[in-house]
Amino acid sequence: MTKKKTTKWAHKDLLGLEELSREDIELILDTAVSFREILDRKIKKVPALRGKTVVNLFYEPSTRTRVSFEVAAKRLSADVINIAVESSSVRKGETLNDTGKNIEALKADIIILRHNCSGAATMLARNVNISVINAGDGWHEHPTQALLDMFTLRQKTGKLEGLNVSIVGDIAHSRVARSNIWGLTKFGANVTVCAPRILIPPGIEKMGVRVTDDIDEALKESDAVNVLRMQFERDDSKAFPSQLEYFKNFGITEERIEKARKGIIVMHPGPINRGVEISSGIADGENSVILEQVTNGIAVRMAVLFWVSQAKDKDIKNEITY
Amino acid sequence: MKLLIKNGHMVDPANKIDGIADILVENGKIAKVGKDINTAAETVIDASGKIVIPGIVDMHVHLREPGREDKETVASGTKAAAKGGVTSVLAMPNTLPSLDSQDIIRTLRDIINKTANIDVFICGAITIGREGKALTNAAMLKKEGITALSDDGSSVDSDELMLKALKAAKKENLLVICHSEDKALAAKGVVNMGFTSTRLGLRGISKESEYERIARDIKLAEEAGAAAHIAHVSTLEGVEIIRKARKKGFKVTAETAPHYFSLSDEDLLDYNTNMKVNPPLRTKDDVLAIKEGLKDGTIDIIASDHAPHTESEKEIEFERAEFGSIGLETELSVVITELAGTGLLTWNDIVKKISLNPAKALNIDKGTLGQGKDADITIISPDKEWVVKKSDLVSKSRNSAFLGRKLKGVVEYTLCKGKVVYKA
Repeated sequence: MTKKKTTKWAHKDLLGLEELSREDIELILDTAVSFREILDRKIKKVPALRGKTVVNLFYEPSTRTRVSFEVAAKRLSADVINIAVESSSVRKGETLNDTGKNIEALKADIIILRHNCSGAATMLARNVNISVINAGDGWHEHPTQALLDMFTLRQKTGKLEGLNVSIVGDIAHSRVARSNIWGLTKFGANVTVCAPRILIPPGIEKMGVRVTDDIDEALKESDAVNVLRMQFERDDSKAFPSQLEYFKNFGITEERIEKARKGIIVMHPGPINRGVEISSGIADGENSVILEQVTNGIAVRMAVLFWVSQAKDKDIKNEITY
Repeated sequence: MKLLIKNGHMVDPANKIDGIADILVENGKIAKVGKDINTAAETVIDASGKIVIPGIVDMHVHLREPGREDKETVASGTKAAAKGGVTSVLAMPNTLPSLDSQDIIRTLRDIINKTANIDVFICGAITIGREGKALTNAAMLKKEGITALSDDGSSVDSDELMLKALKAAKKENLLVICHSEDKALAAKGVVNMGFTSTRLGLRGISKESEYERIARDIKLAEEAGAAAHIAHVSTLEGVEIIRKARKKGFKVTAETAPHYFSLSDEDLLDYNTNMKVNPPLRTKDDVLAIKEGLKDGTIDIIASDHAPHTESEKEIEFERAEFGSIGLETELSVVITELAGTGLLTWNDIVKKISLNPAKALNIDKGTLGQGKDADITIISPDKEWVVKKSDLVSKSRNSAFLGRKLKGVVEYTLCKGKVVYKA
C-alpha cells in the first residue's frame, strides 16, 4: 500500500468534500488505487477492518450505494449490518440521534448514513462518538460518489488539474453535483454546470463554477461530462421542463457527443434513465465509463472505510464548549 | 418601603437625563431623582460604575402559555425576562388555543396575576385561530385588556381582511403588529435563499417574501390611517421600504431582533438548528443594512422575538426543526456587544430602542424613570463579559442562537414596580 508520509487522516467522519483538503482527497484516491487492484484478484479480501462492525443506516431507498458500501466493508473483512428505515412518516418513532446512539451502544464502529434531509449526517456525527460516513444527505453532499467520479477521471486522464468537467442536469437538487464541485475545484479542474435556469441554484458561481444553459457550448471544451439522473417525479417539480423538452435540450445523445471533444468521457452516478437524460447508445457506447464507475466505487469506499476507521481524533473533534 | 439607588450612571431619554444620579423608590414608584439623595431607605444599592436604565420593554415574546407549557410558561418566561433586565413583555397570541377570545384572554390574565414575575401585556389575535379568515372582535378583546393585535407567526394574506382589521384596530386605538411574510413566496424554505441555501442544500426563503409583504402592510395601514408596527425586520429592502414610508411622514414603527444585527446566514453552516429562525438569518449585507436602519432611526425598536422550543423539536434534522431562538436573557448583552461596544449607538439611543419607544408604540406608561412612574429599573455592568451556557439559562427551553458566544454587559439588578425581581 502506498501511504503518503506527510499526510495524516484526521477526520472521525466523512461528511462532505467541502471540509476536506486536497491532501485528504489525494490520500483517499491513492489508497483506493491499491484497493482497486485487490478487486481483480482471485481472493478479493483483506483483513484491514476485521473485528469492526459497519452499519448501513438508510432512510432512503438505495440499492447501489448500499450494496457498494456493503461489498466494500466485506472486502475489508468488516461485519456489516443493514438497517432500512421507513422515514415517510416524519417525526414518528425514534429520532435519528436516538437511533445513532443505540447503534453506538451496540458497539458498532462506523455508521454509513443515507438520509433525505440535508445536514442529517452532520447532526448525527455531532451526537455520536463513532464514525459517520455520509452516503448522501438531501441535496447537500454525496462525498463517496464524487470521490469515485474523481477516481475514475484520474484513472482515465492521469490528472485532475486543468481538466474541463461539465455537470449536466438538476444541479439545484443534486448532492452529487455539490460534492463533485467541491472536490474537483480543489484540484484546479474547470467545472461547468449546465441545466435549465430553473434547476440552477442561486449563488452557485461562488462555488467556483461556470454556469450555462447551452449544452452544446458546455460539451464543446469538456474532457468529461457527468450526467445527473433527472427526477421528474419530485413534489416541487411543477416548474420543471417536461421530460421530452428536457431530453431535446439537454439529453446526452449521439449527435451531441459527435460534436463534442473527441474521446469525451461520459459519466453517470446511476441509476440511468435511458432516453431521459442520456440515450441508450451513449450509455452503452465507447465514451461511457458508467460501469467502471460502479467497480471503482467499491475501491473508493474501501479507502474511506479504512481511513475513517483509523481516525485518531475521536476525542478532539466536536468538543462543544457549552 | 423605600429603596435607594446611589451613584449610578442614569440614562433616561424621556427626561433627558444621561449622567450620575440617585433614584429613590417608594411604594413601587419613582419618588425622586437627583444628585446626592440621602433619604434613609431600607435597601440601598450602590450603582457606582453601573448604568441605570428604565426596565426593558420587550414587545415580542412568546410565553407559550396556555397550551405549550412544555416550552415555556408565564412563570419561567418572566423569570428569564427578569434575568435579562426586562420588566415588561408583550405576550404573543400564537398560544394553544390562540388569544382570540375574551375567555382565553381572561384565563391568561389569571395565570399572569398568579405567576408572572414582571409586567405582562397581552397581544390579541387579529383573526380567529390566527387563520386569516375571520376577524376577532377587537372591541371585546380590548375590554379584556389587550394592548395590541397581531397574528404573529402568520400574516393575514387577504388584503381586504387586513384592511378591515386595521380599520377596526384604529377604532379601538390598538396597535397592529404585522408579521410581514408571504408564506407562498417563502415556499417551505428554511434558510435565506442564496449561496447559503445552495451550499447547505436547503430550501431557500426569498427576501421578497418579507419585503413585498412589508410594503403591502404599510400601504394598507396608511389607507386605514391605523397605527402599524412591522415585526422582526431582517432584510435590506425591508429597511428601505420603511425608511421611505417614514420620510413621507407615515408613522409606522419597526422592530428588529438581536440576531438580525449580530448573526448572518454564514453562521449556520454546521446546521445549527438554534439559528433556524423566521425570518431567516440573512446575508452580511442585510446585517449591515439593519444596523444602518437602527442608526438612522428607521428601526426604532429592538425586541427579542423570544421563541422557546423543546429539545425534541430542535435537536433533529434541520428542515424538520421548529423556527425560533430564545432571546430574553441575551438581548441586552447582544445590544451592548454589537451596538454600544462598537459605537454605533449611544446609551441614550439604546434606551429609546429597548424601553422608551416600545412603550410609546404600545401606548403604555413605561420606559421612563420620571417621578411618579412605576419603578421598573435595570442596573447593568456594561463592560463585564460572560459566555452564554445552556446550564445558566433559566428559560424552560434552551434553544439560544447565542450558545457558546462571549457577550458584553451583565444585568446586576432588575426591579419591577420597586421590587427586586432579579439580582446577579
